[in-house]
Amino acid sequence: MKMDLLTSLYVFMLAAFIGFEVIRRVSPLLHTPLMSLTNALDAIAVVGAILLAGEYHAHGATLAKVLGTIAIVAATSNIVGGFLITDRMLKMFKASGPKKP
Amino acid sequence: MTNLPGMEYIIEITYLIATALFILSLKWLSSPTTARRGVFAGELGMLLAIVGTLLHHGILEYKWIFIALVLGTIIGVPLGKVAMTAVPQRTALSHAFGALCVTLVGTAEFYLRTPNVPRFMMGVLSMEVILGSLTFTGSLMAAGKLQEILPQRPITYKGQNFVNLGLLAVAIIVAGMLVAHPEKTQLFPLIVGIPLLFGVMMIVPIGGADMPTVISLLNSYAGLSAAAMGFVLDSKLLIIAGALDGASGLILSVNMSKAMNRSFSNVLFGAFGQEQASATGVQEARPVRSATPEEAAAILAAANKVVIVPGYGMAVAQAQHKVRELYDALTKRGVDVKFGIHPVAGRMPGHMNVLLAEADIPYDKLLDMDEINGEFPQADVALVIGANDVTNPAARTDPNSPIYGMPILDVDKARTVMVIKRSMAAGFAGIDNPLYYLDKTLMLFGDAKSFVGSIVRELGGGNE
Repeated sequence: MKMDLLTSLYVFMLAAFIGFEVIRRVSPLLHTPLMSLTNALDAIAVVGAILLAGEYHAHGATLAKVLGTIAIVAATSNIVGGFLITDRMLKMFKASGPKKP
Repeated sequence: MTNLPGMEYIIEITYLIATALFILSLKWLSSPTTARRGVFAGELGMLLAIVGTLLHHGILEYKWIFIALVLGTIIGVPLGKVAMTAVPQRTALSHAFGALCVTLVGTAEFYLRTPNVPRFMMGVLSMEVILGSLTFTGSLMAAGKLQEILPQRPITYKGQNFVNLGLLAVAIIVAGMLVAHPEKTQLFPLIVGIPLLFGVMMIVPIGGADMPTVISLLNSYAGLSAAAMGFVLDSKLLIIAGALDGASGLILSVNMSKAMNRSFSNVLFGAFGQEQASATGVQEARPVRSATPEEAAAILAAANKVVIVPGYGMAVAQAQHKVRELYDALTKRGVDVKFGIHPVAGRMPGHMNVLLAEADIPYDKLLDMDEINGEFPQADVALVIGANDVTNPAARTDPNSPIYGMPILDVDKARTVMVIKRSMAAGFAGIDNPLYYLDKTLMLFGDAKSFVGSIVRELGGGNE
C-alpha cells in the first residue's frame, strides 16, 4: 500500500511536468478549445464512478449506487459535451491561404 | 488487484493506451492544423477507457450504469451545441459537473471505507472533496454570472477576504482532524459543506472582466481534485488526466493573472476584483474628436495596414460578422488587416479567437499581444471595437493608475486610432482612458454592429 502511494506520487509528478511542457506549446489562439478538451479528458473520472456504481459493496451499497449513478451522469455529459464543442470550435479555425483568390 | 487474471491485464492495457492517447491529444492541440486529430485521439482514449472499465469483472449490475451513460449523453449533446458566445458559461458549468462527479465519488468512498482509512488516504480524500465541492459551487456561481442569471456586478464588503480565508481554514482544520481520527464520521459533512459555501463566497466579489482568471483557476482546481480522486482509487489514468487538466488550468491562470497584472498569490487566494471602483468620481468634459462612418471609411480605405483590436464589447454587440465584412472589404482593396487580441479579451482565455474564427476570419490573422505590439508603429490605423482598459496607455505611463503595469495593446503607437464606443462612459475598471483624448484618436460613437456596418457600406462591401 505504501509503495502504491509512492508510485502514484511519481506518476502525478511526471504527468504534471509533461502537462506543463505540452500545454505551454498550445498557442493562445486555441486556449478556449484547450480548456474544453482538458475538461472532457478530465471526465475520465467516469471510470471511478462506474466502478462505484457497479461493484459489490458490503455496506453502503445504496449510497454507492445513488452517488455513483449521479456522478456517471455528470461526467458523461462533460465527455459528450466537451468533445462535441471542442471539435465544433476547431472546425471553425481556417487558414487564410487556399480560400483567398 | 493483487493477482491479475487475463481480463484485468487487458483492462489495464486499455488504460495505458488511453493515457498515451490523452497526452497525444493535448500535444496535437498545439497547432490548428493538427488540433482536430487531437480531439479524435482524446475520444478514442476515452472510449477505450470506458469500454475497458465496463469489462471489469467486479461490476455486478449494469442497468443503472447504462441509464446514467444515456442520461449524461442526453444532457451533454445540447451542452456541446451552445452558441460560441455562450462557451464561457458552458465551460464553467462543465467544471461544476466534473467537480460534482469527483465530490460524489469521494463522499461515497469515505463512507464505504470508514473507519479503515489510512492517514495518507484520508488526506488526499479530504483534498479531493474540499477542492471538488468548492469548485462545484464556485463554477455554478461563475456560470450564473456569465449567463447573467446572477448580477455580474462584484459584491464586496468589509473583511470579505478574512471571512473567505477563514472558511477555507476551518475546512482544512476539520480535514486535519479527520486525518488524525478517520473514524469521526460526523466531521465529514463539514469538509463538504464548508467548501460548498466557500465556493459561493469566493465568486461573490468577482466581476465580468475577472472571469478569464476565475474560470482558469476553477479549471485547475477541477483537475487537481480529479487527480486526488486518482490517488484514492489508485487509478494512474485518473491521476494523469487530472494532472494534465490541473497543469493546463494553472498555466492559463498564470497567463491571465499576468495579463491583468495581478500577482499569482493574489489570484490563488481568491482576492479578485479588489482594486476596482477606485478611480470613478469626477468626470471633466475633455474635448474628443469624433468622426462619421464616411470619414472613418475614407481613412481606412487610404491605409496600407490596419490592426483591429476587438474586445468583449464586440461580442456583446454581436458585431463579429460585420467585422468580417469589414475585413473582406479592406482586404479586397489590398489593405493588410490583422487582429490584435489581448489575453483577457472576452470572458475566458482565447474566447475572442473562437468568436472571430466563427465569423470566418482566418486564424493566421489573429495575433496575440506579444506578436502584434511590434506592429502598431507601422500600422496606419488601429481600430478598437468594444475594448477599453486593455488599450489604456495609462497602464504604461501613469504610476497612479489602478491598472499601471498591466500589459496593454499599444494602439496609441499607430498613426491613427479609431475607437468605436457607445458613449464616453468609463470601462469595466471604472478608469478614464487617456487614449480617447489624443490628437490622433477619432471616436466613432455608436453601436459596434451598426457602425461597422455603415463603414462597410461606405467601402462598397457587405454583399453577402
